[in-house]
Amino acid sequence: MWRIIHQFGSPPWVYRFCDRVIPWLFPITVLALLAGSVWGLLFAPTDYKQGDSYRIIYIHVPAAVVALAGYYVMALAGLVSLVWRIKLADTAMRAAAPIGAAYTAIALITGAIWGKLTWGAWWVWDARITSMLILFFLYAGVIALFEAYENKTVAARACAILSLVGTVNIPIIYKSVDWWYSLHQPASIKFTESSAIDASMLYPLLGMIITFYALFALLMMLYLKRSLTEDYARSAWLHKRLTA
Amino acid sequence: MTEARDIDILHYCRSQTVRHLILILRSPSEMINPLVFFLLVIVLFPLGLGPDPKQLSILAPGILWVVALLSNLMICMRLFVDDLEDGSLEQLAMARVPLSVAVLPQLTASWLASGLLLSLVSPLFGLMLGLPLDVAPVLVASLLMGTAIMLLLGAVGAALTVGVQRGGILLALLILPLYVPVLIAGTRSLNEALHGGDPTVALALLGAGVTGGLLLAPLAIAAGVRVSLQL
Repeated sequence: MWRIIHQFGSPPWVYRFCDRVIPWLFPITVLALLAGSVWGLLFAPTDYKQGDSYRIIYIHVPAAVVALAGYYVMALAGLVSLVWRIKLADTAMRAAAPIGAAYTAIALITGAIWGKLTWGAWWVWDARITSMLILFFLYAGVIALFEAYENKTVAARACAILSLVGTVNIPIIYKSVDWWYSLHQPASIKFTESSAIDASMLYPLLGMIITFYALFALLMMLYLKRSLTEDYARSAWLHKRLTA
Repeated sequence: MTEARDIDILHYCRSQTVRHLILILRSPSEMINPLVFFLLVIVLFPLGLGPDPKQLSILAPGILWVVALLSNLMICMRLFVDDLEDGSLEQLAMARVPLSVAVLPQLTASWLASGLLLSLVSPLFGLMLGLPLDVAPVLVASLLMGTAIMLLLGAVGAALTVGVQRGGILLALLILPLYVPVLIAGTRSLNEALHGGDPTVALALLGAGVTGGLLLAPLAIAAGVRVSLQL
C-alpha cells in the first residue's frame, strides 16, 4: 500500500506511468466523448417541456460536476505538497488549477446559453450559477497567486495554503449562497430537473460525467508529463527514457 | 524555562497589542483614511442612484456592507507591509511565541482601530442612507463581527501576498470571493431587522464565523507569513 503511494512521489515512475496510461486513456476518452455526445445529442429522448434545448445538459452538468471535484483535487495535491514537500504534488496542483478553471468556464458558458433558451435571459442570479461564478474566481485567485511568485516552490506553497483555505470555505459559500437565494428567489424560475430524470436521459448523462472525469485525468497527465520534461531536462533518467 | 514561556504568552500579547496600537495612533491617518473612504463611497451612492430616501433605504444594507468590505480590504493591504520592510515580521517568525499566536496582537490592534471604530460610527452613515435608527443595534452588532471575520480572512491573503510586488490587487482577487458568506449573512441580518424579521439567525452565523475564524485563520496566517518570508 505505502509503496504504491511512495511511487507517486518519484518523477521517473510517474513519467513512466503517464507514458503507459496515456496511449490507452487518450483514445478511450476521445471515443467516449464522441459516443456520449452522439448518444446524448441524437438518441436520448426529447424533453417534453424544453424540447431539444435541454440536450446541453450533457455538456453542462458533467463540466460543473468535475469543476467542483477539480478544486478538491487541487487542494488535496496542495495538502500533500505542504505536508510532505513532494515536488510532484506542486506540479499536480498547478495542473489542476487551469483545467478546473476551464471546466468552470465551460459550465458557466453552457449554463448561460441554456438559460437564454429556457429562461429567456443570459444571466440569472440563481444560487448554483452564482456559486459556480465564485468557484471560478477561487480558481482565478490560485492561478494569479501562482503567477505572482518568481520562485515556483514558494508559489506552490502559497497556492496550497490558499486552496486549503478555499476548501474550508467552499461549503460555507455554497450554503450561504443557497440561503441568500432563498430570500431573493423570483417565482418565474423553476427547475425542470427537480422532477426525477428518466433513465433514458440519465445513462448518457452518467456516461458523460465519467468521460469528463477521464478527460480531466488525461489533461492532468499530459500536463504532468510536459512539466516533468521541463523540470528534469538535465536528468539522466529522462534522457534514457527519451532516447530509449 | 518552559514555565516562563507559558506565562509570557499572555503578557506578550498584551504588550504587543499596546505596541501596535501606539504605532497606529502615531500615524492616525492610517486609522482615519479607511473611515473617510467609507464615508466618501457612501456619499457616491446617492449621487449615482438619486436622492430618493425610499429607494436608498432599500439599498442601504447592501451599500453599507459592500463599502465596509472595501474599506476592510484597504486595511488588509497595509497589514504586514511595514513589518516586512523593517524586519519585525522576521523577528516575529523566529520568536519563541508560536507565530500563529504572535500575529494576533497586530490583528487585534488593527481591528480595534478599524473594525470597532467603523462599526460604532456606522449608525451615522446608516442615517444618511435613510436607515431607521432602531436597526442601529443590529447594524453595529453585525459589523462588529463581520469586520472581525473579514480581517481574519484578509490577513490570510495579506500574509500570502505581502512578499509579492504589487500585491494589492492580487489580495483583492484572492479574498473577495471568500468574503461572500460574510456579506450575505451581514446584509441578511439587516434586511430581517428592517422588515420585522428575526436577525438573530444571521447574527448567530456571524458569531460562528468569528469563532471558527479565530480558531483556523491564525494557522493559515502563520503558514502564509512563513511562505512570504521564504522560511
